[in-house]
Amino acid sequence: MARAAVLGRLTWQVGMVTEIRKETATASTIMIDVPGWPGHAAGQHVDVRLTAEDGYSAQRSYSIASAPGRDRLELTVQRLEDGEVSPYLTDVLMVGYPLELRGPIGGWFVWDTGAGRPVLLVAGGSGVVPLMSMIRARAEAGSRAPFRLVYSVRSPETVLYAAELAERSQAGDGLEVSYVYTRSAPPGARVRVGRLNPVVLAAPGWTREAAPAVFICGPTGFVEAAASLLVKAGHDPGVIKTERFGPSGGQA
Amino acid sequence: MTTHLDGNVLAGTFGVVFAVDITTAVGQCASCGTREAIAQAMVYTDAPGLVARCGCCGEVVLRVTRSAGRTWLDMRGVSYLELQTPGE
Amino acid sequence: MGIVSPGFRGRPRSGREKLPPGQYLVTDFPVLSAGPTPRVKTRSWEFRITTETGEVHTWDWAAFQALPAEEFQVDLHCVTKWSKLHTTWRGVSLDTLLAQAQTSAEYALARSYGGYTTNLPLADLLDGQAWVAFEYGGRPLTAEHGGPARLLVPHLYLWKSAKWVQGIDLKAKDEPGFWESLGYHNYGDPWREQRYWGD
Repeated sequence: MARAAVLGRLTWQVGMVTEIRKETATASTIMIDVPGWPGHAAGQHVDVRLTAEDGYSAQRSYSIASAPGRDRLELTVQRLEDGEVSPYLTDVLMVGYPLELRGPIGGWFVWDTGAGRPVLLVAGGSGVVPLMSMIRARAEAGSRAPFRLVYSVRSPETVLYAAELAERSQAGDGLEVSYVYTRSAPPGARVRVGRLNPVVLAAPGWTREAAPAVFICGPTGFVEAAASLLVKAGHDPGVIKTERFGPSGGQA
Repeated sequence: MTTHLDGNVLAGTFGVVFAVDITTAVGQCASCGTREAIAQAMVYTDAPGLVARCGCCGEVVLRVTRSAGRTWLDMRGVSYLELQTPGE
Repeated sequence: MGIVSPGFRGRPRSGREKLPPGQYLVTDFPVLSAGPTPRVKTRSWEFRITTETGEVHTWDWAAFQALPAEEFQVDLHCVTKWSKLHTTWRGVSLDTLLAQAQTSAEYALARSYGGYTTNLPLADLLDGQAWVAFEYGGRPLTAEHGGPARLLVPHLYLWKSAKWVQGIDLKAKDEPGFWESLGYHNYGDPWREQRYWGD
């Protein structure tokens, strides 16, 4: 990738929340202004730390949703029902609040905008966030590398970035988006409800012969199932990069 | 949690002490000799410390514990690390 | 300390119960692990005590189940700051298991299926302070919580209560275990908040 591995040690920085946008009933995108933000690569994450008045603190990792070129950081947070950090970020945090974070973190699960190779993105639920950063980075860089997003969700109401994905995939510049609905599908849509399967993954132009780079992100069980399907379909495990979020989607 | 995460989760902890991103470094497992990126290790995070296990043989490749102000690192499970240090 | 996050309270931390310093109360039972959950069948399970002179005492599951066991209720304090009170268990006291061992050793090292180890003074295993427990809450101990059997030493931080316990070595010289060799306090008294080296 273009960035050198030498980054300087990570330290905590304080940013200010400039905007909050609701994505779904339980997920919001938070825009943060971080003075001196060094920029990031698509796919990286930040650690967010919350501290109570008595000094108790809790820390979680969140993938960066924004493209690298934006000077403002965007995080999309899915609220987990008995989460400790996510409910604060989606329900309590307001514009003008400070937010302590450190990053950008992670040099492995990143997509280099200079690469021309086809890229297959496989998302489970909130695992779409770092992959969205890659999709946005691709557009920002004017890249024509073929991209396909296979996005597994429970129901249409839980889809993040639905309108933006529709718009981008209809632009005709090489981005395809397919949805897998595991609990309920859009009314009238001629799609079967069910989990990720080999047929959906093996779309024309995206089989092992195309040798795409693969990024899989989401809850641990989903990542393992998807990786296993792709390896069984003949994709080289060496080009499959995974980011497990943990059993529940991780970001509590 | 009884499952593991990917080695990428080590990037935050290591980024505090090292200036180089360790997750893209390639390490050789001292137990089985497999070479893989640290990001490909199996990391158990629900513990008093972080434990990374070889993606191939499951033996411990590294351990990290932290208190307020101190970090301990045991890398005996890695024979060597190969890091990208361009310009050196 | 980081900047205060306005409106952030975190998990409930205060209550009427008296807890060791720095702990908060939980009602669930968190599962912590340094590796995959060992799956040990009782038909191949064995518990072994080895003294400093090499004397060995072993029990298979049947022999272990034939030993006098007791039900007891204790509080658990994990070094990761959660505490769970009034947990009920059934197990065999280490006083029973160590009754036949001829030893002048002062230290013990507990070993688990899967490779985990933890050390403690032998005296802390005696006098009704420790058990090999095989039931939790009236049910057989599940694998994720350390079953078929785990060590339970509730007066110390829970990392000393080795899950999937396989045996105890009695030693003349103290040998730090898995966490004790990487920053965690050698003794681990929650009431004196002995979490790390030097505490």
